[in-house]
Amino acid sequence: MSQSAVDVPPKGGFSFDLCKRNDMLTQKGLKAPSFLKTGTTIVGLIFKDGVILGADTRATEGPIVADKNCEKIHYMAPNIYCCGAGTAADTEAVTDMVSSQLRLHRYQTSRDSRIITALTLLKKHLFSYQGHVSAALVLGGVDITGPHLHTIYPHGSTDTLPFATMGSGSLAAMSVFEAKYKEGLTRDEGIKLVAEAICSGIFNDLGSGSNVDICVITKGNNEYLRNYMEPNPRTYVSSKGYSFTKKTEVLLTKITPLLERVEITEVGEAMEE
Amino acid sequence: MTFTIPIENGDAGKVAEAESQRTLYPYVTGTSIVAIKYKDGVLMASDMGGSYGSTLRYKNIERMKAIGKHSLLGASGEISDFQEILRYLDELTLNDNMWDDGNSLGPKEIHNYLTRVMYNRRNKFNPLWNTLVLGGVKNGKSYLGMVSMIGVSFEDDHVATGFGNHLARPILRDEWHADLSFEDGVKLLEKCMRVLLYRDRSAINKLQIAKITEEGVTVSQPYSLKTFWEYSSFHNPTASAEGSW
Repeated sequence: MSQSAVDVPPKGGFSFDLCKRNDMLTQKGLKAPSFLKTGTTIVGLIFKDGVILGADTRATEGPIVADKNCEKIHYMAPNIYCCGAGTAADTEAVTDMVSSQLRLHRYQTSRDSRIITALTLLKKHLFSYQGHVSAALVLGGVDITGPHLHTIYPHGSTDTLPFATMGSGSLAAMSVFEAKYKEGLTRDEGIKLVAEAICSGIFNDLGSGSNVDICVITKGNNEYLRNYMEPNPRTYVSSKGYSFTKKTEVLLTKITPLLERVEITEVGEAMEE
Repeated sequence: MTFTIPIENGDAGKVAEAESQRTLYPYVTGTSIVAIKYKDGVLMASDMGGSYGSTLRYKNIERMKAIGKHSLLGASGEISDFQEILRYLDELTLNDNMWDDGNSLGPKEIHNYLTRVMYNRRNKFNPLWNTLVLGGVKNGKSYLGMVSMIGVSFEDDHVATGFGNHLARPILRDEWHADLSFEDGVKLLEKCMRVLLYRDRSAINKLQIAKITEEGVTVSQPYSLKTFWEYSSFHNPTASAEGSW
């Protein structure tokens, strides 16, 4: 185990020691393995009273669906949620990290977190890794200054928008938003539009699929509607269910203790403090 | 995309000369075409831009042309290859007229001819760099099909090329239904063209809509769409955080 002490990079952060060896291998013809991407449709929009975020639930590993019902809307603070597209590990880790940083900050300042705080923490982290942390995020929430919606790209640039989409299904979802978004939507209209945009991604993009998750954030309240819509149910379900093979007969039930049960009585005085 | 084939040392000279004659990249390109079948025939929309790389060089290119009495051809991709295809079709329709037997080529025949031409050129590694949309009406039956530069060809109720694949297809899949009226069809096409105008960098706000029915082809005058930029977020995106972006 003493090997690990030698491998830790001296100044922390990424260690680029193996890059030369990787270059040599690529030159010799070895193809580097590609990263695991979520292949996603994530959207957000601002409505009359706050922000609505939406996401599909398919996680892909190349051409295979690795998780049919994963959660892409991550908790950052009671009033801030973040959808993540790109490499699943990167989005999880980065949102977890900033979420704990925000909580510590809340303890210190005794105030609710602001969305621009989360935004700055995320963009600083992503920029410092020059795009290698492949996380594309849609960050939304409501704080003391009002509702906010931002997109954050893997290289660290951000946009402030009334409606946003990210991921491989972003064009399909964006076409729905560009055609139908207006300012001052009610809560039900907003949820309907977000569900429509995610469905557009689910049905027109191969990297997105399964169910629709929605999160509605208003002043002082948030509602996480997990699996709000399930437009891809299993088509053929046998009504008889699955019949298991006949159970083997029970011949004998006996409990064999592996250790003797020993009663311990306390003797002597209690320890001095 | 480059079409290069491995060269053995002996043939280097010959093949290198031949390669310079093949299409390697497109130069002046047109962006998407969107087309739908409607009650009386087919409606097709395209903008009038021709981009030279990232410059918008030409703003008055008609990318939809009538072919014979029964068909309408729209093309995205290399403009010079589109003009070449029009010449081939001219020859085809002329030769057909010379039979003088009262028959005229319908959209299905033209589509088949184009598929053969595109696929054969692709097999010679010298493609015509276009995605073609062929719509038409003959004997009351409307027809809408598409051929790509590698020869993929199919028929459908609504088609889109280029960026339209990603931005217009979801809208068409959701909102197209059989027997649209002319006004509804135009509204649907304009919806798609507006999204393309917002989100495709090579689109311009000058479009034409062409309609083909049993009576023939009409291509509208160029016009522009209204766009909306008045979201309060756009006016002051950093309202809550002065100095940020």
